[in-house]
Amino acid sequence: MSNTDTFLGYRRENDRVGVRNHVAILPVDDISNAAAEAVARYVQGTIALPHAYGRLQFGEDLDLHFRTIIGTGANPNIAACVVIGIEPGWTQKVVDGIAATGKPVAGFSIEQNGDIATVATASRQAKDFLHWASERARVECPVSDLWISTKCGESDTTSGCGANPTVGNMYDKLIPKGIYGVFGETSELTGAEHLCKARAATPEAGEKFLKTFQAYQDEVIEAHKTSDLSDSQPTKGNIEGGLSTIEEKALGNLEKIGREVSYIDVLGPAEAPAKGPGMYFMDSSSAAAECVTLMAAAGFAVHAFPTGQGNIIGHPIVPVIKLTANPRTVRTMSEHIDLDVSGILRRDLTLSQAGDALVDMAVRTANGRVTAAEALGHREFVMTKLYRSA
Amino acid sequence: MSIPHLLVHSRDDNVGVVVIEGLTAGTDMLCVVTEDDSDFHLTAAEDIPIGHKVALKELGEGDAVIKYGVDIGRIVQTVDVGKHVHVHNLKTKRW
Repeated sequence: MSNTDTFLGYRRENDRVGVRNHVAILPVDDISNAAAEAVARYVQGTIALPHAYGRLQFGEDLDLHFRTIIGTGANPNIAACVVIGIEPGWTQKVVDGIAATGKPVAGFSIEQNGDIATVATASRQAKDFLHWASERARVECPVSDLWISTKCGESDTTSGCGANPTVGNMYDKLIPKGIYGVFGETSELTGAEHLCKARAATPEAGEKFLKTFQAYQDEVIEAHKTSDLSDSQPTKGNIEGGLSTIEEKALGNLEKIGREVSYIDVLGPAEAPAKGPGMYFMDSSSAAAECVTLMAAAGFAVHAFPTGQGNIIGHPIVPVIKLTANPRTVRTMSEHIDLDVSGILRRDLTLSQAGDALVDMAVRTANGRVTAAEALGHREFVMTKLYRSA
Repeated sequence: MSIPHLLVHSRDDNVGVVVIEGLTAGTDMLCVVTEDDSDFHLTAAEDIPIGHKVALKELGEGDAVIKYGVDIGRIVQTVDVGKHVHVHNLKTKRW
């Protein structure tokens, strides 16, 4: 086992610590994807973050779009950022939001320039940023500088027996050391909401959770369901893996926050934590890419992702560590798995040993170990859309 | 300890989870309760895939299925001990 009290990270201008050193090419809107991707193809070593939205959104949905885009650009895993939008107004708004971190950021807009001229000027800037970023060095940081999010996917009953409690054990060990943690998946706590409420650090946080949970039920599930959700929750993959009901899935889900941890606040989607180190709950969809994207936009730099049947998700700028306790998944999908904890099912690995192995893997990942999802090019960056655009 | 065939979260549970591949009917299963590491034996009444649940006792229509010591749904079709418990005989009480 390596040293897990410190790791080597990139300390940014705002004192947050990144575990990756990306120069990101960030489109403000869907129609700027082509230019952003062209820049990233031209300037090798930069990364484009294409996505599907950003036009004609309004109200809370627009606020969430900006929070997600700006939060992603502000994530400490990005050293410097080129922003490209169709017009200068919203482009500048995103640039200003990211610039608040102190990191280098520049915006380019396409109208009255066209894609080709925009790509040329943005590429020169991206190249300068890349030279600068390539000379940032990793420095030793206390493990308390880590922000680790979690969400599970393609869960099965082995998730509740092994992989999810392993994540919980990691948090039981790292939260007392001062890290930030977050879990979410609002509708996927159905059947365990009373247990989740009881895990709040304060009555206020518990009430805030229950209110958030109920609002999701009323405004999303009840408002839009046709018959019931049995075809979606549990998913077909969950059912194939042996999960029968949402209650069973929810109880397994909650295993991710361990035995000792209590959450100190409830965050809106993509909202950065503001009450200091500790565990947070984030109101979020249970769809993997949406959830990981929201957590990355809130500033989380490493993601622990337990799976049963084998969810393969990654994220463009946040390393997603995949762990499973299902021996069949280890056997059939090993290229997607960073940590095999199937020994828990055989009783030749204790939960505490598995938790130690995940702490070790999280620190190694923070030090620079490439995850399976990174190696296989998984760069899912998916906005949460609250309602139809104008 | 030998490798278990079935894991049970809580002593209050009336179902357990198959944790080996290729479980066949008639297998004398080693069942381990993870909350206290106690164990018992049960005969599998049918072939059941890894990750799927087995009834630890006879479950009648309307009975609550208990896992993690918590209600996870209701039985809609009687299940004999050792049989497969899944979406064909267990339904959510929510939505």
